[in-house]
Amino acid sequence: MKVLVPVKRVIDYNVKVRVKSDSTGVDLANVKMSMNPFDEIAVEQAIRLKEAGQVEEIVAVSIGVEKNQETLRTALAMGADRAILVKAVDNVENDVEPLAVAKILKAIVDEEKPELVLLGKQAIDNDANATGQMLSAMLGWSQATFASKLDIADGAATVTREVDGGLQVIKVQMPAIVTVDLRLNEPRYASLPNIMKAKKKPMETKTPEDYGVDASPRLTVVKVSEPPERKAGVLVGSVEELVEKLKTEAGVI
Amino acid sequence: MAVLILADHDNENLNDQTAKSVTAAKAMGGDIHILCAGDGCNGVAQQAAKLDGVSKVLCASDPAYGHDLAEPLADLIVKLSGDYEHLVAGATTTGKNVMPRVAALLDSNMISDISAVESADTFERPIYAGNAMATVQSGDAKKVITVRGASFDATGDGGSAAVEEIDGAGNPGLSEWVEDKVVESERPELTSAKIVVSGGRGVGSKENFELIEKVADKLGAAIGASRAAVDSGYAPNDYQVGQTGKVVAPDLYVAVGISGAIQHLAGMKDSKVIVAINKDEEAPIFQVADYGLVADLFDAVPKLTDQV
Repeated sequence: MKVLVPVKRVIDYNVKVRVKSDSTGVDLANVKMSMNPFDEIAVEQAIRLKEAGQVEEIVAVSIGVEKNQETLRTALAMGADRAILVKAVDNVENDVEPLAVAKILKAIVDEEKPELVLLGKQAIDNDANATGQMLSAMLGWSQATFASKLDIADGAATVTREVDGGLQVIKVQMPAIVTVDLRLNEPRYASLPNIMKAKKKPMETKTPEDYGVDASPRLTVVKVSEPPERKAGVLVGSVEELVEKLKTEAGVI
Repeated sequence: MAVLILADHDNENLNDQTAKSVTAAKAMGGDIHILCAGDGCNGVAQQAAKLDGVSKVLCASDPAYGHDLAEPLADLIVKLSGDYEHLVAGATTTGKNVMPRVAALLDSNMISDISAVESADTFERPIYAGNAMATVQSGDAKKVITVRGASFDATGDGGSAAVEEIDGAGNPGLSEWVEDKVVESERPELTSAKIVVSGGRGVGSKENFELIEKVADKLGAAIGASRAAVDSGYAPNDYQVGQTGKVVAPDLYVAVGISGAIQHLAGMKDSKVIVAINKDEEAPIFQVADYGLVADLFDAVPKLTDQV
């Protein structure tokens, strides 16, 4: 079985996000970028399936700017076999929308014919939580989102999903789209020898045009602004004082 | 043109998120219809019909819709979409699962988790864990939207919409439901509770989480948890509040032993009053708390339980 794992290059989750003063977006100049944390979990899961003998080949894909090849090298160093970079934009500030990403991924799936696509459930930059579901719809495949457990056997995947009420277990036919949640696994760090080896693994470079996809955005960003700030509060000295303030000052209990 | 809202329910009760989506829909303009798709969900359709501002409820009762599987639900919404400019659901795990599928089938981009409606085609939504707010304008003919419940008040009752039974749209049979692992609780639902008490890594163990339960029960509160507490197994996944968990905005949020990582703040910083109890006075949670108590939670929480 072949697995496709799309990975997104996003602002590192430890970096404090700053809105630009001209309200056109957030400041991405000279900011540390990393693989989207949910996508790391997807890569890790693909590697575990390969280690378990269920997967022969892992193909990592990244769609964005030239520098997304760094993200792909990380996936290769973790254990992916080869990579496809789709250069869709020149400027890192132009986020490629989930709809366009899903269209490009569909074209890649049509070419590569994987039986499973593992994706992060959301990217921590646009927080859209949409690409996997969109790709599944375009392919007419089954989908299992928010996976915290995945077992593949007999042409089907049994997936435990993290849902609002608790957990839901579903069984989906292969080929399938699975989007992964936080507790599916803990991603490994790439070792230095594997980082060196990753430099020799194959990476193709493509464009949306190669796949006949128009990646231009459907949403116009009118402005990006700071969220409303909370006023600094007060420290109270005791539980008694806290209860008193909640009863009289705040009136919430 | 009109708005179609996918009702969020468990075949017995309508989730509060639907009434919040109705409030958002009122600002989009046009008639508001609600789709109740489920298995034996006629009672839910009657509840939806009472929501103020709703002019019609479509009820599709079919085993295919009994467990919110994305493929059949999306097909049904797409089949109905001709009459609507806006296709809307709450940003619940059901809405997030189904609506992007609908968007792709209609060749629309997804407009996820909106926090405000500026006009029929322009919406505000949080990005980067709520550290920035993006205002986006959609050029798509059909706008497919999920609504952040914490940003809208629930619409009240007072309506008397007609309920129309409709046929399903078949089941592609790609997925099947196996089981739900749901803990029944008498406590209020996390995303609609007036008071939430959340525990973090500082609580230290699953057993110690009982301290949080006791004070929550005394206050009639729902229980939440930070990602660290859920990852450590102190609390189940459905307690998680944050960027990738639930987003809450209660009247009172009590954060116990929670340091206040950005991704946790993303899920609770719109609460009206925030209380933080933490022994580390440098914890970032104190920067958003209205009332901070620097104390050992094992000493402070039992006292709080006694005094409220």
